[in-house]
Amino acid sequence: MQWVNAIVQGILLGGLYALFACGLSLMFGVMRVVNLAHGDFAVLAAYLALAVITGLHVPMLWSALIVAPLFAGLGYVVQRVIIQRSLDVSPVTTLLVTFGLSIVLQNGMLEAFSANSHSLPSGVLAAGSFRLSPQLSVGYLSLIVFAAAVALIAGLQLFLSRAPLGRRIRAAADDPEAAAIVGTDVRHVFGIAAAIAFATVALAGIAFGGYSSFDPAAGPQRLIFAFEAVVIGGIGSLWGTLLGGIILGVAQALGAQVDSGFGVLAGHLVFLAVLALRPSGLFRVRLT
Amino acid sequence: MLEVSGLTVRHGQLEALANVSLALAQGETVAMIGANGAGKSTLLRTIAGLHRPAAGTIRLAGRDITGLPVHARVALGLVLVPEGRRLFGSLTLEENLLVGAVRGRPGRWDTARVFELFPWMAERRSRPTIHLSGGEQQAVAIGRALMANPRVLLLDELSLGLAPALVQRLYDVLPQLLEAGMSLLLVEQDVSQALRVADRAHCLLEGRITLSGRPRDLSPVEVEAAYFGLTAGPT
Repeated sequence: MQWVNAIVQGILLGGLYALFACGLSLMFGVMRVVNLAHGDFAVLAAYLALAVITGLHVPMLWSALIVAPLFAGLGYVVQRVIIQRSLDVSPVTTLLVTFGLSIVLQNGMLEAFSANSHSLPSGVLAAGSFRLSPQLSVGYLSLIVFAAAVALIAGLQLFLSRAPLGRRIRAAADDPEAAAIVGTDVRHVFGIAAAIAFATVALAGIAFGGYSSFDPAAGPQRLIFAFEAVVIGGIGSLWGTLLGGIILGVAQALGAQVDSGFGVLAGHLVFLAVLALRPSGLFRVRLT
Repeated sequence: MLEVSGLTVRHGQLEALANVSLALAQGETVAMIGANGAGKSTLLRTIAGLHRPAAGTIRLAGRDITGLPVHARVALGLVLVPEGRRLFGSLTLEENLLVGAVRGRPGRWDTARVFELFPWMAERRSRPTIHLSGGEQQAVAIGRALMANPRVLLLDELSLGLAPALVQRLYDVLPQLLEAGMSLLLVEQDVSQALRVADRAHCLLEGRITLSGRPRDLSPVEVEAAYFGLTAGPT
């Protein structure tokens, strides 16, 4: 029963990883940008949420209604002003630039919020749970996060495959120059894709903040999990990212079941195994 | 309709176009011929906005568009059918067409009209374009450009890599485009094909226009000389 519990908790944890990773997946799938500051932006979102929660006295989930749109705007600006310029130079430049952004964000947050760790007051969400059987219960928060991840990925997928704007995003991802030739403002479309990705980063940052404490240097460690989820699932595939997150979460939970120090390592080992045996990931590389 | 004057384009040290001027009236077809590397594609790509000229101006219907980005030129009615077709591989045939209509001007072209022009497309509209033959892909690229209702259509190497019969089928479509007053500027390596459809032709050699005129006024010897850069003289 302990093992069943570990698997269930692992799947739910995988939802968090998928929620966190889908922005990374989208940025790479559309712009071919590996955003090394992804984790730091998530931490920044958590700090913003904390400010909203304490400043406006709203519950944790409500803070997302303010932070996510703010982050969408931030994403558009960061894409247009910083990332696009480095994309115009070379793909390697985007790595350097987002790495630099990561350092700037970490130090900026250290300056602004000190090195103390914080956590978001999730109240009844963190404490409450459904008791499915005497040994098996699922927390409200992890269930909400998992549902949000699945809904978000399904919604994004539907948007990309059906909506006219989603079609333009796919066209620009396929061949930016050809998209421009037929009248698409590629920079604007990339900005919108980044806005969507950043909104999901905000949600993931808030979810992370509800799960565990965070400090200004927490970003890079989390980024590794997002990377692993994306690579396991197949780069650029959103459903693959969900699957990758779940596999990573289950591996960590099962590893932790064997030995409490073994959890994260088990996740890394599964990631390495996928990288060695199926370097393109478990899903086909395709944006749709 | 389209007026290019004194256009100079450099790729690094190389001068790809030197002081090229040409004009295109409404409903007119002008062909640019020339050997590989003569600068034909560079000319079309510069007019479309993909290269920044070092000097010269491009005017569309009297308006200076030299500094406008590519997508803004599409909105004004200047659309390129690029060399190599450049279809969107993860989109279906119909989606490829629809992306072409994003910035387009209102007008007579829509998917139904394109399907009328190329009837085979209708039943394959929801298939990806990667399985289409080269000629079919070229037709989709033309259809995608038409969706923007261009005033000036730039056609870059329609015949590239296609069997002559397919090329002929594509060229057979052109008169229907001209009916509506569209102007065509086409770049072609297949000189005889280009001279057959064009009202006027220019020959490019190493970035310069070496010969201009109506196809019927140009003698094969003149064209050959301009094309290869031979100086007239005893052979």
